[in-house]
Amino acid sequence: MTEATDAVQSARAAADRIAKAKRLNALLTPIKELRKSLVQQAQTVHPGGVLYGMPVAIKDNICTLEFETSCGSKILEGYRSPFDATAVAKLKAAGALVAGKTNCDEFAMGSSTEHSAYGRTLHPTEKTRVPGGSSGGSAALVAAGAVPAALGSETGGSVRQPASFCGIVGIKPTYGRVSRYGLVAFGSSLDQIGVFGRSVHDAARVLSVISGRDPKDATCEGRDPLRLPTVPENLDGFVIGIPKEYFPPDLDPGVRRACERAIRVLKELGAAVREVSLPHTPYAVPTYYIIAPAEASSNLARYDGVRYGPRFDGAADVAALYRSTRGRGFGAEVRRRILIGTYVLSSGYYDAYYRKAQQVRALLAQDFRNVFDRGVDLVFTPTTPTPAFKAGEKLADPVAMYLSDIFVCTANLAGLPAMSLPIGHVKGLPVGGQFIGQAFLEDEMLEAAYALERAVPAVEEA
Amino acid sequence: MAPAPSWETVIGLETHVQLRTVSKMFCGCSTAFGAPPNTQVCPVCLGLPGALPVPNEAAVRLAVRAALALGCEVHERSVFARKNYFYPDLPKGYQISQFEQPLATAGSLSFLSPDRGVVTVTIGRLHVEEDAGKSLHDRFPKATAVDLNRSGVPLVEIVTGADVRSPVEARAYLLTLKQVLEYAGVSDCDMEKGSLRVDANLSVRRPGETALGVKTEVKNINSFAFVEKALSVERDRHIAVLEGGGAVVQETMLFDSKTNTVRPQRAKEESHDYRYFPDPDLPPLVVRPEFIAEQRSTLPELPAAKRERFVAQYALSQQDAAVLTAARGVADYYESVVHAGAEPKLAANWVMTEVLADAKDHQDQLRVPAGRLAELIAMVKGGTVNNQAAKKVFVELATRGGEPRTVAEALGLIQVGDTGVIGQWVAEVLQAHPAEVTRYKNGEAKLLNFFLGQVMKASRGKADPKLAQRALEDRLTA
Repeated sequence: MTEATDAVQSARAAADRIAKAKRLNALLTPIKELRKSLVQQAQTVHPGGVLYGMPVAIKDNICTLEFETSCGSKILEGYRSPFDATAVAKLKAAGALVAGKTNCDEFAMGSSTEHSAYGRTLHPTEKTRVPGGSSGGSAALVAAGAVPAALGSETGGSVRQPASFCGIVGIKPTYGRVSRYGLVAFGSSLDQIGVFGRSVHDAARVLSVISGRDPKDATCEGRDPLRLPTVPENLDGFVIGIPKEYFPPDLDPGVRRACERAIRVLKELGAAVREVSLPHTPYAVPTYYIIAPAEASSNLARYDGVRYGPRFDGAADVAALYRSTRGRGFGAEVRRRILIGTYVLSSGYYDAYYRKAQQVRALLAQDFRNVFDRGVDLVFTPTTPTPAFKAGEKLADPVAMYLSDIFVCTANLAGLPAMSLPIGHVKGLPVGGQFIGQAFLEDEMLEAAYALERAVPAVEEA
Repeated sequence: MAPAPSWETVIGLETHVQLRTVSKMFCGCSTAFGAPPNTQVCPVCLGLPGALPVPNEAAVRLAVRAALALGCEVHERSVFARKNYFYPDLPKGYQISQFEQPLATAGSLSFLSPDRGVVTVTIGRLHVEEDAGKSLHDRFPKATAVDLNRSGVPLVEIVTGADVRSPVEARAYLLTLKQVLEYAGVSDCDMEKGSLRVDANLSVRRPGETALGVKTEVKNINSFAFVEKALSVERDRHIAVLEGGGAVVQETMLFDSKTNTVRPQRAKEESHDYRYFPDPDLPPLVVRPEFIAEQRSTLPELPAAKRERFVAQYALSQQDAAVLTAARGVADYYESVVHAGAEPKLAANWVMTEVLADAKDHQDQLRVPAGRLAELIAMVKGGTVNNQAAKKVFVELATRGGEPRTVAEALGLIQVGDTGVIGQWVAEVLQAHPAEVTRYKNGEAKLLNFFLGQVMKASRGKADPKLAQRALEDRLTA
């Protein structure tokens, strides 16, 4: 059998597995179109790449030549990008197959994948619950075993939070590690493409492929692709900080137990564990909800119905065209954030909100530097305050929804690499633990994750 | 046209200048003028989802040179900012510009004001930005068409202090600015092609007052001639409003060159709050001191310095030096003619008259090579051809080329210096005009010129005028 027929067979098998997960509403690409494309891609894919024949699902806010790129929004319904995102181009060059576009909160704004114009994605094992978000479709597909890996994107935890809810591995690299070219912008200073895998290794090898310099993104560092570490015997010499602010009194007791068990495992592996303080943590969510909407209000200005995407017509003049297109094309959560963002950038409010938020952001980043400067290699925390919540539970209360990202948005604000990996179950629901590492030291973070992954009873009740 | 002496006009100018790059500010698309609509576009300048800007280094270099040519302080670190507003020809819904931290500040430009002599205006800031596309309102009935070829073209915006005192001065400033930027090689400054655009802030006040009056912004001024016209109209409007007991409203006025009027921009066309913030897609723009120094050291001599040098080095008048240095190409040409051996004063006369007249009719081309012109000038000085003949030779050199001497010979314009031949022409002329000879001998000395003209005519321009005159004088006094 030739390599190509191997790839075609595995592409067909992947299409079958993805079709079986249909009830999750994790994929936006019609299955027929997906199957046809996967076979075509398998026939032409370059053999010998490190990801040869590997199907990788792509979040719908990452541009691909294959399939539509709608960002989970009505305003980009039917939109086809004329180019591949750099990360997608790198995946293809490594032999991977683009395995469809996954559902997400509209323009990546949300924490539950309920804010998609194309319906909510279900939690892979508990259909009444959410898979997390905004990259919930990618997380659910990987968790369901439909694809070995998927790309998501993070602005404030949108890979790690759903990875935690779905019981898989999710990595957000250092800001500037992966090109943002072709990632539809939400909060440009926070956005990074991240990866999901069922294991640390699956996620890490996809990350390694998509990382590295890109002349098309001025914020992408001119560094070589990430080199994967080997799996360590133990964690001798590692100093792991436990920030007390990430273990508040109202932390879910199950989550607390799972984290404490993981910390014991880290110690058993030889790591030195120290309590540390990141004192500005309480300001992270408010800071995030000024900076991200501010940038979003500007980034989403281009969706005006003039050049592409549906135009909601009947408008008497240009202003009316904008109102009807943007009023009907965007969902409520996106409109809310555009309004907040427009407000905080307005003259007279800029200093009080946007400029102040940038100052606090600098303090948050300094918190981490202070800890790392004192010899701490990595920080370990719960990824989320609770396991996956019920669908609809937080829809009426945006602030409650925002607070589900309380432990994850700090890494985006500080630009640091972070990841979530399964560390146990609470009442049958997965719980994730989070590592936050030093800028561009993903390899150290991955070493610790390899070790913890092997030693922690990830599917046992904590 | 002159303002009522009881009012002082105060003007500040904001000039947008297109940088002379091959590609756009943040993508690789061509900046060539005149291509069919929407053919010079890509995901970046179309503002497609997921596309990102990357600064064009050539544009940054030209912007730094422009700033240095205007004596600005160039900041090692400046910040790109987004200027947010909605308009169909603005594909991203924001323009990438600079706001709180521009590339350069604190420059100045001196120019000759028709009213006040040499005036120095401050250049408050110079920043880099991208152009928007173009809305075409008259292309299709009841619809607006958008051409995005211009979207993303690199510009610098140059902002003066409120230092200009009259519409005519505004024009003089702009012409000088154009001269400097052309010299520095940063822009074509062609207003017709939109590579130089100007907006003006204007107010009036009583002389001696220090506070500024309420200003209006005048837009849509698209030629140098209209600058003066538009600002005169607006100044007169301000004065009329104030003298009528009214108050000027701070607003944006659009100039209509067809009717020579200004009208307020409709409120809808105006954006009130641009919500500037640093562009998170672009790291701060860093230009290293060595880079700035290198650009400074490779700047060409600028018009003012060149003018002074021409006066000193070639003993030219200020006026002649100004004409010769108005365009860098002409100044360089003049110096080449001198370096090829022509006498500076003679060369200046030739360049200012024959050369510039010919260039004006032929798209500013300097058609006679400098070396050839120097030869021709030498031939005049050496008496090989006379001035009149040399002008004919010049026209021939410009249209068909060739060597001056060969051309002069071919045209039969080599001057005749043979006194025998000249004597013959003189004899013929005197014989043909006995009455005039008598009048001359009776004291009408000015008739000598008449005889000389007749001799030149008889020789078909070839006679050496000096020798002819001497021969005439000899015969007539004999």
